Amino acid sequence: MFWTTNKRIIKAGFVGFWRNGFVSLSSIVVMTVTLLVIVASLLFSIIFSATLNQIKNQVDITVYFVTTASTSDMLALQKSVDALPEVATTTFISADQALANFKQRHATDELTLQALDEINGNPLGAELNIKAKDPSQYADIAAYLQSQSVSPTNGLPIIDTVNYNQNQAAITKLTAIIDGSRRFALILIGIMVAISLIITYNTIRLAIHASREEIAVERLVGASSRFVRGPFVIVGIMCGIVSAILAAVILYPATYYLAQTTTTFFIGFNIFNYYLANFGQIFLVLLASGIIIGAISSWLAVRRYLKV
Amino acid sequence: MIYFDNVSKQYADNSIALDSITLAVDPQEFVSIVGHSGAGKTTLIKMLLAEERPTDGRVYFQSVDIHDLRRNEMNLYRRKIGVVFQDFRLLPYKTAFENISFAMEAAGRSDAEIKSDVPHVLDLVDLGEKMWNFPHQLSGGEKQRVAIARAIVNQPDVLIADEPTGNLDPVNTYDIVQILKKINDLGTTVLLTTHNRGVIDSIGGRVISMEAGRIIRDDRNGRYVF
Repeated sequence: MFWTTNKRIIKAGFVGFWRNGFVSLSSIVVMTVTLLVIVASLLFSIIFSATLNQIKNQVDITVYFVTTASTSDMLALQKSVDALPEVATTTFISADQALANFKQRHATDELTLQALDEINGNPLGAELNIKAKDPSQYADIAAYLQSQSVSPTNGLPIIDTVNYNQNQAAITKLTAIIDGSRRFALILIGIMVAISLIITYNTIRLAIHASREEIAVERLVGASSRFVRGPFVIVGIMCGIVSAILAAVILYPATYYLAQTTTTFFIGFNIFNYYLANFGQIFLVLLASGIIIGAISSWLAVRRYLKV
Repeated sequence: MIYFDNVSKQYADNSIALDSITLAVDPQEFVSIVGHSGAGKTTLIKMLLAEERPTDGRVYFQSVDIHDLRRNEMNLYRRKIGVVFQDFRLLPYKTAFENISFAMEAAGRSDAEIKSDVPHVLDLVDLGEKMWNFPHQLSGGEKQRVAIARAIVNQPDVLIADEPTGNLDPVNTYDIVQILKKINDLGTTVLLTTHNRGVIDSIGGRVISMEAGRIIRDDRNGRYVF
């Protein structure tokens, strides 16, 4: 009996979906737009955090050691900095490497290279490059470095400068901008998704409103709530599935076009490649959202007409 | 079998649709309810279908107060009652066959029963060859015959026909009345509302006359008196 009823509900849903084509079509159009908004919001937040990460990765602080600092002191400092919970990575650049880098940077600058030769020897000290897990943590790291500026073995200074002090204002501001824009983006996405959900629900409600007479007749014939409501929920789910497929198809040229125009804006992030690489997951999100929105909207919309 | 016990209905705008109606209907009776528009005939039917609740009084079906029924008991009760409306109220996106099979599916009948009963009942109302037509492909009389077929397919105890001939021409009206009589002869109680004199006079059973929400006459072998 249970299976017979379910089979009949599903069949009635399929038949209703085709025969009520025009109404189904309008639901599909609106739902496709909603799904596009949801996925666009998702892609936007992914691009956004990828870009923020890129920016964050370009923020670092560098410790310039004095030329007289001993290698063991410098490596000991690197080790202790590495152990800090705020630190993501550290890179030690020896004096020789720093010189090589400098020469490479100025390979076309004959004058500077000549001047370097005149000095006879390496004027550069070693460097320690530090990346924090979050830009807001550079202040703590800088404070720690301040306390470690003297060699523990012979009491002589080992740190020449820490460039955080020069970059402090910029880093603080960037941190504030990143936090603020992330919050703003989340609120904006929330509002957009909420609005499109409400519009979808209303469209489905209107479609079902047109069927209120039928629902009343079905009740008077003695059909149970489940038997009346089931086919509408099935139609909602089918609209969701078709909308998900449509949205996935539309996203292909849309992301292709966007990729052309945004790669320079969003540093090194290609949205089209991202879409292709993560197609499975994105389609799953589309499908699940479509099915859930369709089913719940229909379920709720039928409720008020079932009271007969 | 059906008993209205002092039933009154007052709408929100204070208009009185039914005023202290007391009425008993026996099994296998053919009862015609007549009266002008607004006399309370349709409200009386709605009380019996539990489409609306009385403001006062009780409605019993086989000694059970139908307005006390729970949801699933209500579904079972409604399957014992077949209804035919003036405006047919067929499901527009279902064929004649599907309109009838819907009532059977809702009642939980098996696929085999549906396959054998639906064509049978369509033959009974003489619509066998239009089984796969949609309502918009049928004439008024044909739609009403589909509605009757749907109402009787679950072999209800009572058939309620609310102005079934109101939208039909005399020939179709005659056909519908003959079908209702046949159904009554087969043992189903029939409750018919109408304001068509010809219909009443050709049936000649019990006639209840209503005016302004009250029963003004109840004749065992009545005629149309307005």
